[in-house]
Amino acid sequence: MEPSAVWSDAGDGMFRVPVSSFRTLAEKLRNEEGFDFLRSLTGMDWGEEGLGCVYHLENTVTGENVVLSTADADRDNARVPSVHDLWKGANFNEREAYDFFGIRFVGHPDLRRLFLRDDWKGHPFRKDYDMSLNPLNMENEGNEDEAPSYEMTPDGGYILRRHPLFEDQEYVINIGPQHPATHGVLRFRVSLEGETIKKIDVHSGYIHRGIEKLCESLTYPQTLALTDRLDYLGAMQNRHALCACIEKAMGLEVSDRIKCIRTIMDELQRIDSHLLFIACLSQDMGALEVFFLGFRDREKVLDILEQTTGGRLIQTYNTIGGVQADIHPDFVKKTKEFIRYMRPKMREYQEIFTDNVIVRKRLTGTGILSREDAISFGATGGSGRASGWACDVRKRHPYAMYDKVDFEEITFTSGDCFDRYMVRVKEIEQSLNIIEQLIDNIPEGEWQMKVKPVIKLPEGSWYTAVEGSRGEFGVFIESRGDKFPYRVKFRSTGLPLVSCIDTISRNAKIADLIAIGGTLDYVVPDIDR
Amino acid sequence: MFDFGIITGWIHTQLTSVMSDQLAIFLECVIVGVLLLLVYVIVAIIMIYMERKVCAAFQCRLGPTRVGPWGSLQVFCDVFKMLTKEIITVRHSDKFLYNLAPFIVILASVMAFACIPMSRGLEILDFNVGVFFFMAASSIGIVGILLAGWSSNSKFSLIGAMRSGAQMISYELSVGLSILTIVVLTDTMQFSEIVMRQADGWFIFKGHIPAVISFIIYLIAANAEVNRGPFDLPEAESELTAGYHTEYSGMHFGLFYVAEFVNLFIVSSIAATIFLGGWMPLHIPGLDGFNAAMDWIPGFVWYFAKAFFVVWLLMWIKWTFPRLRIDQILTLEWKYLVPIGLANLLLMVIVVVFKLHF
Repeated sequence: MEPSAVWSDAGDGMFRVPVSSFRTLAEKLRNEEGFDFLRSLTGMDWGEEGLGCVYHLENTVTGENVVLSTADADRDNARVPSVHDLWKGANFNEREAYDFFGIRFVGHPDLRRLFLRDDWKGHPFRKDYDMSLNPLNMENEGNEDEAPSYEMTPDGGYILRRHPLFEDQEYVINIGPQHPATHGVLRFRVSLEGETIKKIDVHSGYIHRGIEKLCESLTYPQTLALTDRLDYLGAMQNRHALCACIEKAMGLEVSDRIKCIRTIMDELQRIDSHLLFIACLSQDMGALEVFFLGFRDREKVLDILEQTTGGRLIQTYNTIGGVQADIHPDFVKKTKEFIRYMRPKMREYQEIFTDNVIVRKRLTGTGILSREDAISFGATGGSGRASGWACDVRKRHPYAMYDKVDFEEITFTSGDCFDRYMVRVKEIEQSLNIIEQLIDNIPEGEWQMKVKPVIKLPEGSWYTAVEGSRGEFGVFIESRGDKFPYRVKFRSTGLPLVSCIDTISRNAKIADLIAIGGTLDYVVPDIDR
Repeated sequence: MFDFGIITGWIHTQLTSVMSDQLAIFLECVIVGVLLLLVYVIVAIIMIYMERKVCAAFQCRLGPTRVGPWGSLQVFCDVFKMLTKEIITVRHSDKFLYNLAPFIVILASVMAFACIPMSRGLEILDFNVGVFFFMAASSIGIVGILLAGWSSNSKFSLIGAMRSGAQMISYELSVGLSILTIVVLTDTMQFSEIVMRQADGWFIFKGHIPAVISFIIYLIAANAEVNRGPFDLPEAESELTAGYHTEYSGMHFGLFYVAEFVNLFIVSSIAATIFLGGWMPLHIPGLDGFNAAMDWIPGFVWYFAKAFFVVWLLMWIKWTFPRLRIDQILTLEWKYLVPIGLANLLLMVIVVVFKLHF
């Protein structure tokens, strides 16, 4: 390691690197040590220590992890070198950190705001942000047509350059924010040449609720309510991740029964999400029959979940140190019935959709995401596995019961839309296998550990990830020993997927963009946290 | 077989007995025009109801059930709703063309609709180049769609219009070729005559292999011609929101909507007419008793049964198949359907020359 890096031991521990030597260290880690996966990039406001970032890196070959942090003490002019060229996924994450903390990433090619309006005043995640600066704005938002970038000059200053996003003569259409195929309020500005896509500029933030900032003023049990609202098709897993992170910080080991229930619930949620994926993809492609088949089968999962949790979309089931309520007496019976029902139904999807010649022609070979790009962008989940990257958190960092069950990690090699689709189809079967192994052997025990009503975490920072429905969902908590978190960051599963859409959609057709968007399977509330 | 010509002839003689010839013909034209529009609307309503029920069945749903018995009044309610809606004009659109476009589409559709013989003696436009006139009249619809996309001042509409231009002009070729194959077999272009020649067997049986091939090509191409799935690119709702009619509202949109459904009916009834015998009952040479029994079923029942059967086939395809991509659509037409259609035409010529047909 870099000699100037200081190991700090609180929580998971991290290396604190001075901002002057950060870039060289990052290059060394990326190029020589093989840390090719940027798991999470978190903007931070450390008060007196300045503004900075926390980087969670992983070596995908050896599975080694390292946590770095760097900070610039000059709060008004915080500058951190950009790492967008080392990890492509850093591009959007740095834009987010700039948006919320005002950290200027030197060398970043396109340092616009990612979520907030271009005319927003100040940076809201800073601790010294003045809420009255931005009264409710009823004006229409203009479009920033230039991308600013900051470049270092040899004397230590920096210059601001502006790059036009589109030429004058380009035919730019807006796909979104209100569009049937963006699966929520997301906007692509697409430059077209005939039907061929030349460039895509992603605009997000239309439903950003500032959940991470909200969490800073809530006690730990209160923060749980918000995670279900992130990726609503991964409500169980999101909340599982937050609970697991807090439990890890508390040093609390939950009983086997809780682990087992959480695992089964996560997998049911995954089946629910993947069925909706098939339904929505087929609807995007115009096959409206399969849409209803997906919803028909998803209904069965929702019925099972509803019986135990009381919720269908928003489950609010996991709690710190347990679950909200014990499983319903009929849960085991109904789940087994569902497994028996679902297995033959997969054949139906195969016949009507997977084997359809139009589906094959449209999905095969379009929107190819190479393995290198998938890792570099951090495109985890089914999208990464379709590119041949074994990125399943359940295998990489087993949690709950996943090290005790036998299941196969589905990977494909070509990384096109069809593989991304097939990964999900096969994963439904694997999830059924996992549930089948656990459902008969749910251990006896308590479903809620004894936890104090007011939870205070010790000082330090923790990162926990689970395999969400569409990738690695991580929770980063920094605590200062209070009953409120100092900073909570959710590693979005959707943001890396959206950030790679420009790369893989170039020279594709409009119809391909819809198929690519459908198979990447992002959920917008998860991008706009 | 009952001949409706008796009724129409009787009306004509009654009219000419009380007024001059010109006035009588003028009056008859008005009556026929009103009846034509009435049938057009009724067919549209039946088609919309059928679409809802058929697609519901394919999607494990029930479809409309609340308004009227089995939801049969739902479509009427929808029509009234659409009539009460405001017609919005988009800023900077070409007002004249924007308002004209839906009428061109509906005009083309009504003209094509008038060509089809519904029963013996129930022909409106029936002359020796009827097939040719039908092709020409139905092609005018493309102009309306292009105008709608162009004049809306919307990028989505424009892309939709360009797609439909490329697609419909291409597929017209295959429709023409497959109809031409049957024209070679019948040596007439008059629709009523085409039906009459199927008295001893429908053309799909008489023309055997080349007729079946051209029937399949016709179904694919006609489906593309009316912009129905899997060829609904011009209005691909998940790509272009609604394609060329994105910016239309109220009854202007209603006209596009109605024209789309009746066009589906028209291409289906053309398929029924030239391949499945139109209003001609099923006759099997040699079985006179059977043929006489079939003749008891009125011609228009045969006609509508066949037409709606083909409509049902096309709906089945639409609700099951996903949409093609623009390059795949053009590849399918120019690399597969047109060459096959041309070879098939040649095959039919050989069949006819050497009298290999039944």
